[in-house]
Amino acid sequence: MQARPDPSIFPRRGFTARFVQRRTMNASSRFTPYLYVLPLLALLAFVFGYPLVRIFEFSFKMVRGVDGPWIGLRNYELVLSQSLFWESVLHNLQLLLAIPAMIVISLLVSILLYERVAGWKVYRVIVFVPFVLAIPIIAVVMKRMFQFSGPVNEVLRWLGLDFMALDWIGSSDVALWTVMILIIWRESALGIILFLARLLSLDESLIEAARLEGASWWQRVWYIILPQMRGVIEFYAVVSVITMLSAVFAYVYVVGGGRGGPGTSTVVVEFYIFNALIRTSLPGIAAAASVLLFLVSVALIFPLFRARRLANEQEA
Amino acid sequence: MNVAREPRFPALGGSKAVKAGDALKHGVLLLASFLALAPTLFMLSTALKSDEQYAVDKLGLPTAPVLDHFRAVLLDSPFLSWMMNSLILVVGAVGVSIIVSCLAAYAIARMEFKGRQLLLALNTSLMAVPPIVMIVPLFVLYSRIGLISTYQGAILIYAGLITPFSVYLLTTFFRTVPKELFESAHIDGAGDFRILLKIVIPLSAPALVTLVVVNSLYVWNDLLIAIIFLQDDAKRTLMAGISVFQGRYNNQVPLTMAGMVIASAPMLILYISFQKYFIRGLMAGAVK
Repeated sequence: MQARPDPSIFPRRGFTARFVQRRTMNASSRFTPYLYVLPLLALLAFVFGYPLVRIFEFSFKMVRGVDGPWIGLRNYELVLSQSLFWESVLHNLQLLLAIPAMIVISLLVSILLYERVAGWKVYRVIVFVPFVLAIPIIAVVMKRMFQFSGPVNEVLRWLGLDFMALDWIGSSDVALWTVMILIIWRESALGIILFLARLLSLDESLIEAARLEGASWWQRVWYIILPQMRGVIEFYAVVSVITMLSAVFAYVYVVGGGRGGPGTSTVVVEFYIFNALIRTSLPGIAAAASVLLFLVSVALIFPLFRARRLANEQEA
Repeated sequence: MNVAREPRFPALGGSKAVKAGDALKHGVLLLASFLALAPTLFMLSTALKSDEQYAVDKLGLPTAPVLDHFRAVLLDSPFLSWMMNSLILVVGAVGVSIIVSCLAAYAIARMEFKGRQLLLALNTSLMAVPPIVMIVPLFVLYSRIGLISTYQGAILIYAGLITPFSVYLLTTFFRTVPKELFESAHIDGAGDFRILLKIVIPLSAPALVTLVVVNSLYVWNDLLIAIIFLQDDAKRTLMAGISVFQGRYNNQVPLTMAGMVIASAPMLILYISFQKYFIRGLMAGAVK
């Protein structure tokens, strides 16, 4: 190692010796870091910064084309007084019911995979498939499978479950539940991926010791594995809440035939915004609804960070 | 199915109870596997059926496989040009994002500067903002400056949306590169850019492959940005294309399924050929 300059001549503490050395070598290096992050700043400012400022502005304006006059809270009043908006909010909330099912399925499959039953690697490749397939493709395929005269109902009738053979896609009472089945099917794969990653980092000796002590499978899962997975389960739950409230557009767009149908039975908030912006050309209304959705997602960022920290701490 | 080479728990395979438990576990996993594959199997077998066979037999295997539907999809609908459009967006957006993220993550992980923590925190928060929120102002802006239905316009948005996660992942990874490597390279007179290019990036190849996988999947599979910002028929992506396609041939299920087989083939083939990278990518991407 070279001799380093005496750190005491530099007033600020916390500089690493490496940096001190670099600073003495090259005065312009003070600006180098900013040069490296400049492209990032520019990109984020354009794709996130600009829209997040303008969205608030637009929500107070009657935008026709590219701009328009200020109208105060009129857009918000309009959105909040529209029954379609509240219906779409309700649909997003109904989708939250899928989360417990997703967690149970993901836990069961990931723990079984973790036990490395014969062929677990093949099973793993297969159960990840739903997450590799694109949502629109899956939605198109499932839509055909769940048609009234489709294969799903054929199987149900063959099993003697005629009362279960519903009009999955065409009935406005059932369509959103069909979307939910589709979401559970795909998002559980994400849960399995996440949980398995966590399980593979567990200390196996503890589980092995419990086994040798005569603990049953349930006891091992309940008392040893699950407590160590609390962090990752919580993280998955929060991520899923964010998904259900703000990232289900592709599912409902295809299943609802691009109209949120049948009727308005599969309209979600994202689709409401899409409709206001593209179909009815009312950017002001779309902006007001976007602001409301943004505020909800900001409120969810804190539990998300907390859960991620908890998950990381447990892992460490 | 017996490909597992991993060490199994030693206590397995003893008593009858254990064997019954093992059978149950296989049962559950087989059921899960069947459900995971059912849409793919349905799609494949239906695509090979004639319309006549599908009308009477929805579940069985194709008795006399026909390839007509595949030919019809490839010849009569613009599937290949949709795929090309999607590919252009993937390459453009993932490329831009990787360059921007490498530069920024290197500075955040390895340099001291004012606002570093703030930038990282800001960047990480953006991962939780739903894309739909950004769409209204960008759409209005793009309409004004003529960027609707342009590759560069869509690439910019996609690159922006995938970059926060890339920076997050790369920063974490770059921090694990041993400090001594940087110090000795500095002493040898290498500049920051050379260090990034010659030391950090080669050492980070696994993380970069992971990122390419996760981000390509995101861009390739996206529907929301695609239908809003690429409305021109000639610029339509695969995902936007198939949601139009399926509506048009609503009653021709085998034809539709042939389209879906073609649409899902690239990712499925990549997944099967590069399982290791995909599984690692998915596991890392899950943290998103």
